[in-house]
Amino acid sequence: MIETLIDIAYLVAASFFIFGMKRLQSPATARQGNRLSAIAMFIAVLATMFVADILTPVEMLIGVVLGGGIGLLLARRVELTSMPELVGALNGFGGLASALVAGAELSRYLTNDSSAQASTLAIADFDPSVGITILLSVLIGVVTFSGSFIAVGKLSGKISGNPISFPGMRLLTLLLAAGAIGAFVMVVMNYSTILSEPDPILWSLVGMAGIAFFLGILLVIPIGGADMPVVVALLNSYSGLAAAATGFVLDNTALIVSGALVGASGLILTKIMCDAMNRSLLNVLLGGFGGDADDSMVSSASQDGKSINQTSADDVAIMLSYADQVVVVPGYGMAVAQAQHQVRELADLLQSKGVRVKYAIHPVAGRMPGHMNVLLAEANVPYDQLYEMDDINGDFDNTDVSLIIGANDVVNPAARHDKASPIYGMPILNVDNSRNVIVLKRSMRPGYSGVQNELFFNDNTRMLFGDAKDSISSLTEEVKLV
Amino acid sequence: MLENLIVFVLASFIGFEVISKVPQTLHTPLMSGTNAISGIAIVGALMAAAMAGGDWAKWLGFAALVVATINVIGGFMVTDRMLQMFKKKEKN
Repeated sequence: MIETLIDIAYLVAASFFIFGMKRLQSPATARQGNRLSAIAMFIAVLATMFVADILTPVEMLIGVVLGGGIGLLLARRVELTSMPELVGALNGFGGLASALVAGAELSRYLTNDSSAQASTLAIADFDPSVGITILLSVLIGVVTFSGSFIAVGKLSGKISGNPISFPGMRLLTLLLAAGAIGAFVMVVMNYSTILSEPDPILWSLVGMAGIAFFLGILLVIPIGGADMPVVVALLNSYSGLAAAATGFVLDNTALIVSGALVGASGLILTKIMCDAMNRSLLNVLLGGFGGDADDSMVSSASQDGKSINQTSADDVAIMLSYADQVVVVPGYGMAVAQAQHQVRELADLLQSKGVRVKYAIHPVAGRMPGHMNVLLAEANVPYDQLYEMDDINGDFDNTDVSLIIGANDVVNPAARHDKASPIYGMPILNVDNSRNVIVLKRSMRPGYSGVQNELFFNDNTRMLFGDAKDSISSLTEEVKLV
Repeated sequence: MLENLIVFVLASFIGFEVISKVPQTLHTPLMSGTNAISGIAIVGALMAAAMAGGDWAKWLGFAALVVATINVIGGFMVTDRMLQMFKKKEKN
């Protein structure tokens, strides 16, 4: 009876999760959807606590208060500009939680307290499939954990955004993978003696946790900064899969369903990110592509005999003021310069002068899926002014000025025709079709792909050098004077 | 085990169906929101923490509970904070 009640509560929770995720299809209903998911979580937790009658231990309350407090603090205090790091860190916590639950479950099998057998929380006999799912859950969970925190380090700049590799790294990864397989084999071989001789099982668990920890690190360090959106999405998927694996361990439908939903959602995002760069997931994971551009990569201001045209804020201001349509193309550079508020001010001013302003967002602009959208939303830019690549690409013909703010590879026309370019085939924003292109940039540094952008050398392109924030502010001042 | 596998596969299909229509604008809240959902491991953590098993099980369960709660509370709250910024045209 009690178990049926819990299962019904879980079913309700799972359905609410699905409804909640469905509401994320539109910004108008998204907030409501997220709340629905939160309510679902609350139902699942309540059902577990009350119906299973496990409310007593004080430790539990302490745990919830402690974790809830930290979570609240993180969610409230972290700057919106550090959102990629926070999302990465939360992914990591999710993975770790799943792994810890699996570990706790194994230690229950190891001690196999007979007093628990009578309660609703009794456990089944230990068999190879239980052993394998526990190890799988630890593997995915800990890989998510260590991988996420390396990603956080890279996103925050504490670890170099360049791809890191060392001799023998691939071999080490393979050895660790072999070790993980060994741990699975060890559990299957020794499962029958879990009570009389628990050591082999215990060590395979500890070994797996250690292997997964280093595996997570090795999987993320070779990946360059520009590929971070893929990694963040993939780790999101892993955190779901870890929960699902734990669901198999506990034989708990709520965990399996929710984990599968999250795993699928992360995988879709990963695919969207990969498609937007025209690269396969494998290619991204093998890494070594792009990093933080450094000064040694500064290349000359001319290419094939063509040279760049520099411009000044007052010229651009005139151009913008008399335009019918201006398209703003933000990139990671806008995030670094924190220029989103200034961009919005400029757009407001132009709109008051009757200029149509649109924003063109490339799927992989920034460091996580949807990065630019969050920044612009923070600056109160209405989301109906934001256009996805396919919706705006046909519109550049009708655009008088494209304002490129800290974006580079995603507007490089070489991706369309230069087969030798490393970014060949990547879908780009066709800003070169607009009548004028203004590129706001700090210097002639190439983008993360390390290639020079031929857009800068086009006849209709003007370069406005300087910090994006300062440049936009002075543009706004100049537009006021026009 | 087979039943669980069936549930897993079917739920994945639902996930693919529901999520593939999410617009690019909401990709970040989608990630943080689904991540909070993956904090459902909190249910397992509660059970493990309440278990009359050995000390190890208890402490692992406690650690799991703390981490999972960070994940759940932090994930939902930060998603809400982001989503409240997504507005259509302002009124003025």
